[in-house]
Amino acid sequence: MADLKVVANNIRQSIIKQISNAKSGHPGGSLSGVEIMSLLYFEVMNNDPKDPKNPDRDRFVMSKGHASPLLYATLAERGYFGKDELMTFRKINSKLQGHPDMKGVPGVDMSTGSLGQGLSAAIGMAMAARMDKKDYKVYALVGDGELQEGMIWEAVMAAGHYYVDNLVAFIDYNGLQIDGKICDVMGPEPIDKKFEAFNWNVVVVEDGHDMDELREALKKTVFGKPTAIICKTVKGKGVSFMEDQAGWHGSAPNADQTAQALKELEELGGTL
Amino acid sequence: MADMIATRAAYGNALAELGKENENIVVLDADLSKSTNTATFGKEFPKRHFNCGIAEQNMMGIAAGFAATGKIPFASTFAMFGAGRAFEVIRNSIAYPKLNVKIALTHSGLTVGEDGATHQSVEDLSLMRSIPNMVVLCPADGVETKKMVKAAAEYNGPVYLRLGRPNLPVLFDEGYEFEIGKAAQLKEGNDVTIIATGIMTSTAMEAQKTLEAEGISARVINMGTIKPLDEDAVVKAAKETKAIVTAEEHSIIGGLGSAVAEVLVKKEFAPLEMVGINDTFGESGTPDELLEKYGLTAKDIVEAAKKAIARK
Ligand SMILES: Cc1ncc(C[n+]2csc(CCOP(=O)(O)OP(=O)(O)O)c2C)c(N)n1
Ligand SMILES: [Mg+2]
Repeated sequence: MADLKVVANNIRQSIIKQISNAKSGHPGGSLSGVEIMSLLYFEVMNNDPKDPKNPDRDRFVMSKGHASPLLYATLAERGYFGKDELMTFRKINSKLQGHPDMKGVPGVDMSTGSLGQGLSAAIGMAMAARMDKKDYKVYALVGDGELQEGMIWEAVMAAGHYYVDNLVAFIDYNGLQIDGKICDVMGPEPIDKKFEAFNWNVVVVEDGHDMDELREALKKTVFGKPTAIICKTVKGKGVSFMEDQAGWHGSAPNADQTAQALKELEELGGTL
Repeated sequence: MADMIATRAAYGNALAELGKENENIVVLDADLSKSTNTATFGKEFPKRHFNCGIAEQNMMGIAAGFAATGKIPFASTFAMFGAGRAFEVIRNSIAYPKLNVKIALTHSGLTVGEDGATHQSVEDLSLMRSIPNMVVLCPADGVETKKMVKAAAEYNGPVYLRLGRPNLPVLFDEGYEFEIGKAAQLKEGNDVTIIATGIMTSTAMEAQKTLEAEGISARVINMGTIKPLDEDAVVKAAKETKAIVTAEEHSIIGGLGSAVAEVLVKKEFAPLEMVGINDTFGESGTPDELLEKYGLTAKDIVEAAKKAIARK
């Protein structure tokens, strides 16, 4: 399979192109989850772009639905649909809605966009696997700001209660939300202890952009508990002027900024 | 354009003004303070501005507690997450105890644009209108927003203020006197009455001009208060023009159109055509593309007016 770092770089470029072309969208939180998604779709998950509805496939839920450009870029890179379709992102009559809609897009397993709801749906999918005696896994990507939603903790409690051990939730711990640093707005820390208290297996990844570390973390799932992989990431990762800037949460780069971002990414190639 | 302003921007400014006059005003937000514009208030009165994080239900509950001790909380987020996510908290912790909370929600309707259906609230008027004790306000421009913020603060009880994202033309002059429960007639006319609210009022004014050019005299009423509805204005319009059109950036189920229909059926019948979102979700697109696709243009109002007249 393709070099994962090259995959990740391609996904980053697709993220920038989609948002720039749409003149709207969320670059920061899309760029912070690129390595997680590359690893999942190109190495970890049992998924087949030619058979996106296979009942035995692993599922993925983008709970932080505003990172739709990341999900679409990953799916296109994997071959679920053509990359040219990415240029319809956020346009009228497009399947690629501002927030993912499972009705129209091959590979999108759950409609999301309202924060805090995706993790619950992931639990339902994982519990159904057990009922159906299927061994698929369910993965979810959750924002660190998103953890402020009460419903997240209701979900965390339920997954622990039902020993949903075929569920892996990645927390994109980039430290930022819209109004600034998560610790200034409404601190959810300590995150690991909270999950542990609800009977979760917790793995902390110090560098959520390090594929090896992520890969190791995924080996640490355990019997009888859901797993939370808390990934320390950099919002806007890979584009110098977007890195760690709350201002790039939900604004599109203009033509010059787009050119600059793509130039930086091309220079980085598979080295990030 | 100097005379264009979004109702959410006018809200932020009005709130900051109000903060100077009234120390009891506290403002709550849910990680959207720059979009709702409560940040304008927060800058001047940081000690009375509370970011609750991405936790809308909790925000409404905290607002209820503030109100129970005599504060006047304004709680803001997007309409979807306030009226939607926190609906039951609003019903049971704010409206049932009739607490003095002002629920000012922005980014209502399709004009949210590219974020798409998950962020386009087209049910909030219906939801808020169905709650007992709730006053429901929907301004048509920046001036009316300012007047409504003031009226809401002076009124003792729960108020929902429906605000929007896009820049709107200014319709009212500063002398406009808004009163909760009173409609404003913007144009006299006798063939048909267009009753509009929010962004659709300026669209209705456009439609009125087209109709006039075609020899049809349309009355235009701005229904700033959705609840309590100005029933007298509706009855009078039904009696005098004998055909009604409603126009709202909201589902035709449960909003202004439904409220007007209830009056027409109970008190004074007239044929009614509703311009609104026809029991469907929105989608991504520019605000103008969406208004066109979902039938919320001046042309749609003109056609509805002719239909209503034909049904007399
Ligand atoms: C229920 C809900 N409330 C508010 C929003 C608006 N919103 C979109 S993204 C966002 C911040 C998310 O921060 P985080 O979860 O940390 O995401 P990331 O940093 O990964 O982009 C907010 C408040 C929303 N989409 N859903
Ligand atoms: Mg974050």
